[in-house]
Amino acid sequence: MIVYVLQRLLGLVPVLFGITVVIFLTMKLIPGDAARALLGPMATDQSLAQLRHALGLDQAIHVQYAKWLWRALHGDLGLSPIVHKPVVELLLPKFGNTLILAGASFALAVVGGVAVGVLAASRQQTVVDRATMGASLVIGNMPPFWLGLVLIVFFAINLRWLPSLGMYSSRGDGGFSDLLAHLIMPAIATAAAPAAIIARMTRASVLEILGQDYIKVARSKGLSERAVLGLHALRVAWPPILTISGLQLGYLLGGAVFTEEVFGWPGLGRQLVSSVLARDVQAVQGAALFIALSFVMVNLVVDLLNLYLDPRSRPA
Amino acid sequence: MATTSTALTVTPAASRARRPRGALAQSARAFARDRQAMVGLLIIAIIGGAALAAPLISPWDPLTSAAVERLSPVGTPGHLLGTDEQGRDILSRLIWGGRASLLVGILPTVTAGLVALGLGLLAGYLGGALDHVIMRALDVFFAFPLVLLAIAIVGVIGPGMDNQMFALTVVLVPYSTRVVRTATLSVKPLEFVEAARALGASGGRLIAHHLLPNVLPPLLVYTSTLVGMMIVASAGLSFLGLGVQPPTPDWGVMVGNGRLVLYRAAHVATIPGIVIVVAALAFNFVGDGLREALDPRARR
Repeated sequence: MIVYVLQRLLGLVPVLFGITVVIFLTMKLIPGDAARALLGPMATDQSLAQLRHALGLDQAIHVQYAKWLWRALHGDLGLSPIVHKPVVELLLPKFGNTLILAGASFALAVVGGVAVGVLAASRQQTVVDRATMGASLVIGNMPPFWLGLVLIVFFAINLRWLPSLGMYSSRGDGGFSDLLAHLIMPAIATAAAPAAIIARMTRASVLEILGQDYIKVARSKGLSERAVLGLHALRVAWPPILTISGLQLGYLLGGAVFTEEVFGWPGLGRQLVSSVLARDVQAVQGAALFIALSFVMVNLVVDLLNLYLDPRSRPA
Repeated sequence: MATTSTALTVTPAASRARRPRGALAQSARAFARDRQAMVGLLIIAIIGGAALAAPLISPWDPLTSAAVERLSPVGTPGHLLGTDEQGRDILSRLIWGGRASLLVGILPTVTAGLVALGLGLLAGYLGGALDHVIMRALDVFFAFPLVLLAIAIVGVIGPGMDNQMFALTVVLVPYSTRVVRTATLSVKPLEFVEAARALGASGGRLIAHHLLPNVLPPLLVYTSTLVGMMIVASAGLSFLGLGVQPPTPDWGVMVGNGRLVLYRAAHVATIPGIVIVVAALAFNFVGDGLREALDPRARR
């Protein structure tokens, strides 16, 4: 087990190296360089040359990469020429906000998806089963940005129950309840599609278990259906559910970009989009690095969690 | 006895006419029997046909705006689905928008499939160092969530429809390559491939005649399910202003524009969204149907 964990950690090294190389090189492909971006179109050749020398842009590409990586490892991702702020300072608070949204959405997707999946499996071939699975098919294909707008139309415009924009209201107390009110709709819009996929997976997984002999034994002993489902079926059915839920995290981070944009949630995805539109290369580079690193870490945690919880997945 | 004698006198040609011609015909019949897949195919035909015939059937020009008719509601005489913030007919823009929206959903998926076919067959067939290099290089791409990587690529090369399609192609290649490589690896050790090799078949012939026909079905199934996802993803990029650019009609752009008038006329944003969902669902139905038709084990 420990050997496997170490192997898995070692395997991350080339991936992380590859990520930094790809991000560094892609940013080098952009026409025009950082010196011109910083000094603007009116800069003279002499001042450009001076700044290039000062920034190290006249050095060999591998030297530039090594220096960039060294600085990145020390938490220095450069300066955004658009917002005139260190990129790390710009991105860290946004990253935190995205984690709040992603965390809430993930919890919602897993709880909602598993509940609906178990319900559908326990009422197999009934109206409930068909209705929930039909709905999950439709919801799974909904663009998160569109679902967000529909939620705004119903709950913010028509019913006036929830705020439609931002993380805290300007006149609110900035407390937890204020945050929660702002979080509900973005979290639902982000969680919907992953929840639909988790629901379908849970249904399939539980149905497979329900057909097995030990479940028949449990039923013939006179156990209630609730006990059969909760104590016997779900405990065995969950490893594939966990795996698919882990896979949804990536989708969730992607979907969060759209909901952050629709609901004005000040997160990393929204920052990435506005940096892209402003052609702020430094910030795009930093955001890509943040996202890739967190995605790799999330996958690692899901893998290790699976390993810890399901002895069958451990290497012999 | 009569049956036996009839059976014996049946000519080979007649027997071919009555029996399925082979795996392909069987799959085609299984697909045609799948009601859900047929519904999907019908929806795709309607949406795709309407987009192709847009100059003939579109009631209005999708770009002509009429200030006096701005934000007309659904059911307005002359504008069945109402008008948008510039007074443009929503139905006409939906019909014309199918061109860009379907293209940016389908073309990257198909292109990525073709690139993946080359990379996956090479990696799977040749193995060794080349396989290692290709797969490790692709591993790096798996470290990014798909949509976010596409956004970052557009960030580097600039917004626009061509760049959007390029970015989506790049992010899909690793996924499709993995499917092709896995299929290649599962076919390569089979006896008929070994036999062909023993008979002196060249590497090119082995790949083209023996591996390719067995690798195509799983790739086709995978690609068809990706199209629905890509229609949603590309609409998302256009919604963010990173893909198809206004005033070109596109479903994602329409939702994005409608968002600005959401409080006054919700239908401008919600109607194109419904079309996106329906189109994505239709492609998924077809994808599921193809999977069941091409993989006998999955048949219901």
